[in-house]
Amino acid sequence: MEYSRNMDAKKTPMPCQEPNVRNKNFGEVALGYTEEMAINEARRCLNCKNKPCKTKCPVGIDIPAFISAVAVGDFEAAYLELTKYTALPAVCGRVCPQEVQCESVCVRGIKGEAVGIGRLERFVADWYRKNGKKEVLKPISNGKKVAVIGSGPAGLTTAGDLAKKGYEVTVFEALHLAGGVLAYGIPEFRLPKDIVKAEIKTLEDLGVQICTNTVIGKTLTIDELMEMGYEAVFIGSGAGLPRFMGIKGESLNGVYSANEFLTRINLMKAYQPESKTPVHRGKKVAVVGGGNVAMDAARCAKRLGADEVYIVYRRSMNELPARVEEVEHAEEEGIIFKTLVNPTEIIGDENGYVKGLKAVKMELGEPDESGRRRPVVLEGSEFELEVDSVIMSIGTSPNPLIRSTTPGLETNKWGCLVVRDESGLTSREAVYAGGDAVSGAATVILAMGAGKNAAAAIDEYLKNK
Amino acid sequence: MTKIVEKQKLNETVTKMVVEAPLVAKKAEPGQFIIFRAKEDSERVPLTIADYDREKGTVTIIFQIVGEATMELNSLNVGDYIHDFVGPLGNPSELDGIKKVAVIGGGVGSAIAFPVAKKLCALGAEVHAIIGFRNKDLVILENEFEKVSDKLVIMTDDGSYGTKGLVTNALKELIEQGNSYDEVIAIGPLVMMKFVCNLTKEYGIKTTVSMNPIMIDGTGMCGGCRLTVGGETKFACVDGPDFDGHLIDFDEAMKRGSVYKNFEGKKREESCNLLKAGEGK
Repeated sequence: MEYSRNMDAKKTPMPCQEPNVRNKNFGEVALGYTEEMAINEARRCLNCKNKPCKTKCPVGIDIPAFISAVAVGDFEAAYLELTKYTALPAVCGRVCPQEVQCESVCVRGIKGEAVGIGRLERFVADWYRKNGKKEVLKPISNGKKVAVIGSGPAGLTTAGDLAKKGYEVTVFEALHLAGGVLAYGIPEFRLPKDIVKAEIKTLEDLGVQICTNTVIGKTLTIDELMEMGYEAVFIGSGAGLPRFMGIKGESLNGVYSANEFLTRINLMKAYQPESKTPVHRGKKVAVVGGGNVAMDAARCAKRLGADEVYIVYRRSMNELPARVEEVEHAEEEGIIFKTLVNPTEIIGDENGYVKGLKAVKMELGEPDESGRRRPVVLEGSEFELEVDSVIMSIGTSPNPLIRSTTPGLETNKWGCLVVRDESGLTSREAVYAGGDAVSGAATVILAMGAGKNAAAAIDEYLKNK
Repeated sequence: MTKIVEKQKLNETVTKMVVEAPLVAKKAEPGQFIIFRAKEDSERVPLTIADYDREKGTVTIIFQIVGEATMELNSLNVGDYIHDFVGPLGNPSELDGIKKVAVIGGGVGSAIAFPVAKKLCALGAEVHAIIGFRNKDLVILENEFEKVSDKLVIMTDDGSYGTKGLVTNALKELIEQGNSYDEVIAIGPLVMMKFVCNLTKEYGIKTTVSMNPIMIDGTGMCGGCRLTVGGETKFACVDGPDFDGHLIDFDEAMKRGSVYKNFEGKKREESCNLLKAGEGK
């Protein structure tokens, strides 16, 4: 089909809920392209021969190939192209940091905006969920059992890839619901839980068994899984252990880890009036940290009815690790950014509830080992911020439950599992790992990339065994 | 889904349930806990394991009906299924090497103290059990404790059964009588554990307490269960639930324990007449 290229320098705008409407509800912020918008945006792609975008995708999606299919309105073909590489396209299209990956090297980005690759990926996945063929061809079993620990992005990707190859895969999940960070961490307004459910259902249709309420390291150990006949194990248990700053007042009522706050809201649905799980609804909330999780927590707090929500971050706006779109959305929704500020103490009232945050102002000094300029305290700049709730979002570490119950599993000083190379092979034979459990807290797509590599390595190992 | 195979009302507000949970039963040790959700939309709540039978594959839980979650659990009967039941979580109590011990249970905490006493008895320790209740109607597990302890003292606040007074009175008396304990293990309301610890500090007796704070996942993920122990932040779910009682900041733990009191109260107002009846007694 012949079509003329769309030479508009800007992306086709994404329809969104109005900021002052959406900051009071948990419905999805970005509403998604219509078919017409998607075709229009897809026609901005130059279909470059050397495909720079593809080289920057952690799971190596042939981006021009799927976009070409969208450009001619063949959305089903686009979906089939995408799912050669990703088991979770509806998720990636929403939560990947495209601006530092595929879209960062898009040729259209040189004289204008990159092609909206993430928006198109999302469109295709959503279109297929509504219109695509429902029957899935269940692969013929090869009789080999593989255990996957953790049902987050790494585990689900490994499970999906291995199931497609005929392995009998069981995914073990500690919580009562599958999805890992997609279920407990990322809020409904950014990633609707029905979409997560649908993506998991697709895997179940491929024959993947999901075993919830099973804590590996407690209910069962990796050695017991091996005794049960699993020939290989993939550990994708994430980095779920929240860090605190170690400042005074962190045990006051009204101080949450971002993990707890978000889990109450996302997994336990505490934002719904009929929910049986409570959450402290602060009126003036400080979220400490500048990553995606901090943005999620801040925007949740706003939606729970806070009058003022602050992002308290020790570097400047330029160093915020969050996705650009999340920062923009947060600003639009009225989140107040207190950058170059570092908390020193949380102040409580006589009943043990938060009533303020003591902090100091910072300035940027010389670059540190991460290449970012190191924040340095401005002497005499101490001040108090009146808040009734503080949410600590300064990172997470891998959970020790598995490493402490699996002899011979090597870890580094941060508690991350040590893997030999890209394959994800750990210091134990037939035990592979990937995602945040190896890298420490990172992104959904990097975890998926690791899961994909591990699945290929497990296949190779079991074929030659 | 976890099937309930036995249910028994121990008193007006305390229920015992035996459930089919073979994987939990296989691994469970005294001191460990499970997390349950009675129904699909229920809250996640931790409960310390009261007993287990590895051969039958069953686990016993004993709970006090204090809020909506335990009320929902209590509404289930033999043959019904608990929607979610996960464990065993936390670290087992460290009981090896104890020769003479006082095991103290307060109220429904006695249900958690029981498997500890039972295991100590099996390990050959001399067990003195002290269990305390508000009144005669609330006494539970008397026969069970009788079987596993060399001495059993029952205390009631109003003297309607056993001896009138607090568990600390009984402990003090036993110590004064010349009993020298390697360790005191106290499980019950925070305020009781605090006063037991204050007493044993005077006598320099090592004291272990079991903490059961508010938590969600029970695997170290939420950090909601954090406590200050010896000036350091610890997570009850993965670092405990047993801790050196002399190092715990009980006052802070009590404040943290009441954070959702208003929410609980409101929910209770909304839906429960059973508890109001119970409280009226």
